[in-house]
Order: sequence, then C-alpha cells, then structure tokens
Amino acid sequence: MKRVILWCTLLMLGVWAWTVPGAQAAGEGGTLVWGRGGDSVTLDLAQATDGESIKAGIQVLENLVIFGKDSMDVEPQLAESWTVSPDGLTWTFQLRKGVLFHDGTPFNAQAVYDSLARILDKNHPFYNYGKWKYLSLSLEQVSEIKIIDDYKIALITKKPYAPLLNNLALWLCPILSPKAMAEHKDQIGLHPVGTGPFKFVSWIKDDQIVLERNDAYWGGKPKLQKIVLKSIPEPSARLMALQSRTIDIADDLDPDSIALVKKNPNLSVIERPSVNIGYIALNTEKPALKDPRVRQAISHAIDKDTLIKTIFQGLAIPAKNPFPPSIWGYNDKIQPYEYSPDKAKKLLAEAKFPADTELELWAMPVSRAYMPEPVKTAELIQAYLAEVGIKTRIVRQEWGTYLNKVSNGEYDMCMFGWLGGNADPDNFLYGLLSADTAKTPGAANVSLWKNAEFTELCLKAQKTFDKAERTKFYLKAQEIFHAEAPWVPLAHSTMVRCFNKKLHDVPLRPNGLNSFQMVWKEQ
Amino acid sequence: MQLRYVANRLGQLLLVMFGVSILVFWMLRMIPGDPAQLLLGEYASPQALAELREKLGLNRSYAAQYGIYLTKVLQGDFGRSVRTGAPIFQEIWIRIPATVELAVAAMLIATLFGVAAGVISAVKHRSLWDYTAMFLALIGVSMPIFWLGLMLIYLFSVRMSLFPMMGRLSMGQDLPVVTGLMIVDALLSGNGTLLTDSIHHLILPAFTLSTIPMAIIARITRSSMLEVMHMDYIRTARAKGMGEATVILRHALRNACLPVITVIGLNLGLLLGGAVLTETIFSWPGLGRYVVDSLMARDYAAVQGCILMFAGMMAFINLGVDLIIALLDPRVRIHG
Repeated sequence: MKRVILWCTLLMLGVWAWTVPGAQAAGEGGTLVWGRGGDSVTLDLAQATDGESIKAGIQVLENLVIFGKDSMDVEPQLAESWTVSPDGLTWTFQLRKGVLFHDGTPFNAQAVYDSLARILDKNHPFYNYGKWKYLSLSLEQVSEIKIIDDYKIALITKKPYAPLLNNLALWLCPILSPKAMAEHKDQIGLHPVGTGPFKFVSWIKDDQIVLERNDAYWGGKPKLQKIVLKSIPEPSARLMALQSRTIDIADDLDPDSIALVKKNPNLSVIERPSVNIGYIALNTEKPALKDPRVRQAISHAIDKDTLIKTIFQGLAIPAKNPFPPSIWGYNDKIQPYEYSPDKAKKLLAEAKFPADTELELWAMPVSRAYMPEPVKTAELIQAYLAEVGIKTRIVRQEWGTYLNKVSNGEYDMCMFGWLGGNADPDNFLYGLLSADTAKTPGAANVSLWKNAEFTELCLKAQKTFDKAERTKFYLKAQEIFHAEAPWVPLAHSTMVRCFNKKLHDVPLRPNGLNSFQMVWKEQ
Repeated sequence: MQLRYVANRLGQLLLVMFGVSILVFWMLRMIPGDPAQLLLGEYASPQALAELREKLGLNRSYAAQYGIYLTKVLQGDFGRSVRTGAPIFQEIWIRIPATVELAVAAMLIATLFGVAAGVISAVKHRSLWDYTAMFLALIGVSMPIFWLGLMLIYLFSVRMSLFPMMGRLSMGQDLPVVTGLMIVDALLSGNGTLLTDSIHHLILPAFTLSTIPMAIIARITRSSMLEVMHMDYIRTARAKGMGEATVILRHALRNACLPVITVIGLNLGLLLGGAVLTETIFSWPGLGRYVVDSLMARDYAAVQGCILMFAGMMAFINLGVDLIIALLDPRVRIHG
C-alpha cells in the first residue's frame, strides 16, 4: 500500500511539474498563428509600402542594421560594425561571416551590393525587376556602393547624411540571395530568400502565408517551428478567433475589443508608445492664419485630453512636439499649449482676427492609427473652435484628391499625420517642416511654413554625426516650432499587441514591426 | 437549329462584353482618385508620382488608354495589377475556385431547402407549415448577412466548437492544387480526412450565403406551384388515380420549375460575382474581396478584368438557363 501511495505521489508531482507553466523551460516547436487584417502585397521588402507586407517579410529577410527588440535604437544585424569617414561621406560596414541564405548560398559583400544596387543603379541587371517606391526613405542620398573585400562594403553619400543609418534599419534595404533574385526576377516578392530566422514556405493569396524555422539561423535556432500569417479581414472575427484560440495573435483590434481582451484571463496585451503623430496643419500662407498668435490661439482652443479619451478611447498620448517621445531628441521641457478658451480669445483679439472669417477644415477621408475617427475628430475640433469664435466649414474629399490638394496648399486647416518609420527626428523635422520641403506642388511641409533658422538647424543636424550634438540642434528646432505653431500636434497613438497567454517573449517595437525569432509557445 | 442559336447567342455575348468594357472603363475613370497617389500613399515624392503616372499611362487621353487596353485584351493580355505587379489573369485565376466552390455550395443548399419549403408551403397552403416557411423566408431575405455570419461563428464556432470559423482547410493542412476546388482536389487525392475537412469548412459560409437566394427560391416555388396546382391537368392526374407524390413531383413541380430555374440561374450569377461580405467574415480567399480591394486602390486593370469576367459568366449562365428551359419545356422552341 505504501508503495502505491509513493508511486501515486511521485506521479502527481510529475504531472504537476509538467503542467505548471513556470516549471517549464522555454519550449521549442509549435505553430504560431497570426491573425491580421489583410494579406501581404509583396515579400520583397525593398518594394513594400504596406504594414502587412513588412510584418511577414521581416521574419524572412534581414538588413545590415536593425532597430532594437523593443526600442528604436539602431543595432547590428548582418553588419557586425560600421565606421564613418571623417568627411562624413563614406560609411564602411564590416559584415558578419559564416551566414547562409535560405537557399544555401553564402552571405557576403556581393550579396549586399546586388541587393542595394538594384534599387539605385539603373544599369544593374536586377533594377527592372521591381518598383522602388520609397527611395527617399532609403538610399536616395547614396551615390555609390563599393565592395572592399568579401566581408566589407562601403556606401558613399552625396552629402554628409547622418540619418542614413536609421534608413538602413528600415525594411527598405533588405539583403536577398543574389541567386534567388536572378532566378525569380520580377517574381522575387513571391519567393523571398533571405537570411532571417524563418524561411518562406508557401503563400495562398488572401488566405495565408506559411513560414518555417531556419535551423541554420546565425543568431541561434528560433524556438517556433512554424508561423502561419492568416488574413482575417473582419475585426470581430479576428477577436473571436483569438478568444477561441484559433489564432495566437490578433492585430489591429478596435478599442472596444482591446478592452475585452484585457479582461480575458487567457489573453495578454502589451502597449508601446508609437512613432507616429496626428496633427492639424495650419496653412501659414493664408492671410487669416499668417499671424502666429492666431495659430497659438487655435492651439489653446483644442482640448486634447478629451479628444484622446473620446476618439482614441485612451489609446494615445497628447502631443506637444512634432514627433513622439519614443524617439531620441524629444524636447520634454516644452510646455504644451494648455486648453484655455479664454487665452485663445485673448490672443485672437490681440491679433485682430476678423469675426466673420470662415475657415475650411479638411477632414481626412480614411482612418489611420494616428487619426482613427477623422470625421468625428473634425466635428469635435469644429465645436472647440466655434467656442472661441472661429467659424469653420468641414471639407471632405476623396483620399487621392485630398493628398493632392493638401500638398498644393489648397486648404486653410487640414488633418494629417505621419508614421516616422526610421525613428530619426530628421524624418519629422526636416521632412515635414523645413523650408526645403515647403515647395508646391507636392509639398511634404503642407503648412508651407518657411522658417530659415529652423531649416538651418535641421541641415546642420543632418551633417552632424555625434548624437549629443545633433540632439542640441533638434531641441532648439522644437522650441521654434512651438513658438510659431504651424501645426496643432494632437496625439501619438499607442501601439498594441493582443495575444494568447501561451506565447512568451513577444516583442513589440514602437513601429509594431518585429522578427519573432525569440518567441516561444507553451505546448 | 440549336447550334445556330448558340452561335448567335455567343456572338451577342461578344457585343455585350464590348459594351461592358467601355462602360467599366469609363465609370472607373469617373470615380475621383489618382491610382498613382493611392498606390504611393502620403509618403510619396512628387517625382515618384510623376514617374508612376507616366509608367501607368495615366497621362494619355482616355480614348488612347482604352485603345491600348482593348488591343491588349484582344490578345489575351488583361494587364497587370498596379498593387502586386502580377498579371490580372493570374490574380483572377487563383481566386476564382474559392468563389465558385462557395457559390455553388450556397446555391445547392438554397435550391434544396428553398424548393422543398416552397413545395410544402404550396401543398399545405394556408397551414401552419405554409406560414412558418414564409415567415422564415421573410427573415431570410431581410436578415443582414454580416450579422448572421458573425452570429453563426459565435454560436457554432466559438461557443459550441462544431464548425471551423475561417478559411478553406484546417491550419497546417496542405492539399496539392489541381482544380483549386478543395472538395474536388481532396477527392482526387483520395484523402478522406481532407475531404471531410474541406466540407466542414464550407458549411457555415455556404449556409450564410444561401439564406437570401433560399428565401427567394422558396417564395417563387410556392407561388409557381400554387398556380400550377389549380390547372386542369393536375385534376386529371388525380382523377386518373395517381398517387399524390407523383402528382406533385412529376406533374406539378416539373411545370412549376421553369421560373424557379431562371431565378436559380440569376442568383448563381450574382453569387459568382463574389460574395464580399461572406468572404470577409469567414476569411474566404475569393474574388469578391479582391474586387473591392482593387476598387479601393483604383487598380483599374484588376477591376476591369474582374467585371469583364463576371459579365461573361453571367451571359453564359443565362444561355445555360435558356437551354435547360428549352430541354424541359417542349413548348419552348428555340429558333436561330
């Protein structure tokens, strides 16, 4: 009898040890099913412009450098280290040795050359195999790519250009197997061959993409056996699939669904401040908005906290600068324009703002993470402005027309936003607010605000490679922006990832794009 | 005679397709929105936009654009998708089996239950059966598919775990593509598990999609049967001492089915045009979703290709319906 009891106790202990999650080592194997709103367009990331393509592609393809697991600081990936020449024009990258592409061919300087030169050099044999749509965010400033030896390559820029490193960490400069690029030609986006932790297996359009573990991965064998990226276009179906454990991760759920996920003991939610901004651009060339006091008054008239509570349902933080605090160089000393209709009225009176003026307020026809409910937002802002005596008329246009007209300055106030994927302040400050980008038609600086001092600071920062020095320029630039108020910065939305509790070590970068090499699943 | 008729109809079909191609081409360009701008989004430089417009031929006159398009179509080239860069023909070809499978399954369910309900309602006219069936039919036509689909998922997938909630096969299952129709491919591969799995996946979406046509078929069958049941030949058949089942199924239903077949054909054509809502809710990778996505992105070539194909399918189904009716009803004579 005693023996039976002893055996039973041992057996129970064994079962207990096996089932208690804490007692289990980081498990290997298993399939992660990832539910998302749509299908990828291409898995050749150099051609990708949509989030769904990037999510899948970065599991397969890698860059020279990459952002940190949960931050936007640049770290080595296929390059082990890099140096910049004293004149700031030559970037030399020392490449990782012993890395193989998924097709078994070796990764080396030639592969880097072919992968990058195809984007830049019209004479490169692979140039016509793709459409390189976002050159300005990738290699536009690079004039030459030079192979120094098998594991050393240099990029030479047209002018000293510090943001290049962050550009290289974006998805737009992936390194692919030259053999695969030659073989698949313009179909490489359907058959990506990289060095990443997962290999591409199959793709059923509008249904699923299947990836499989790369056992020979240079960064250590990934834990998951397979990743299935499943297109589930209907958000409620995505939520139900997560609740019923049909899928392990559900992307892009609406705030109500996220609240339900938070209450569910079997599900987890992680949140990160994003790298985007939603704002109202004020057209500084319109007579009514020329006076900075009027623009400051508009800034005082809008209650951002209410906006975030109602429109964003709490999933955002109020903005005071042109870029979010998750990016270095953020000036936290700036005091935001607090919500004060009285101050707004006073400023308007000082500026002699004519009471009968009616301004156009352009409402975006599409929703974005930084502007989830554009029409409701416009109506709210219209009400706030009416309170201080500014009459507005909401204008709605089809998205293509909207982008066209706004970038030509054909509006008074417009809603807009930006996702600064490369997490460099330059991307926001120079790109969206310098005098150089305020030229119509096609101005990226849609408020057409031209401030010589601000632009000069941005240009100096581009040529400065010391981060501390660059930060100083950007802090000052943000002060000028604040005083001049060409935009009303509204909010930075929060990045959210909802997943099954059985998943562990789930990363979330502020831009929401991660490789899942370290993720593991309890079996 | 029959052959000449068919040839004639096929000739008309070409004319219809030509008309449709002009109409779609013109309508698409009337919708505001620049494909280049939509494709490149808010991050595009003016230079990139200009280059893409040139590449897509958007700078030319509409007449010139249409001329180029028509010439290519006549050579069998439907163009390439601006979104994915893949040939449109290929894009349609890989998605069409999913749509066909769903539409055919839905029509089978709709016909089976719709005709049965209609016949019972007519035979048991003004009984509880009749009222229940017609009440259900009323619910069927007026129920939003979107809501019904989500409720079915919640009830049968989430709560009761009876049916899978999405896709065409269970996760991780793989089937070599022969026809693209999962059920047929599973049969061809001789794999019983995959066959059951694919049917299992088809039931909820097909049922959701079948509700509206089912209700319409039930109502048409009922009214058509009621009309026929009062005919003299039915009385004669009964007087001859025939069994009630034979009277209803052989004499009444055969005569009542002509309008029903027309309705079935029409609805099949509509369902083949893509069931956007059902495909969206059940994550079904069919053509409906593709057309809507393409339209949103102003992917002109893709939308034109799909609409041309829908028009062609609709015309073929109409032709088929006419031929079937001619076969069933000796009074209908086809003249060339």
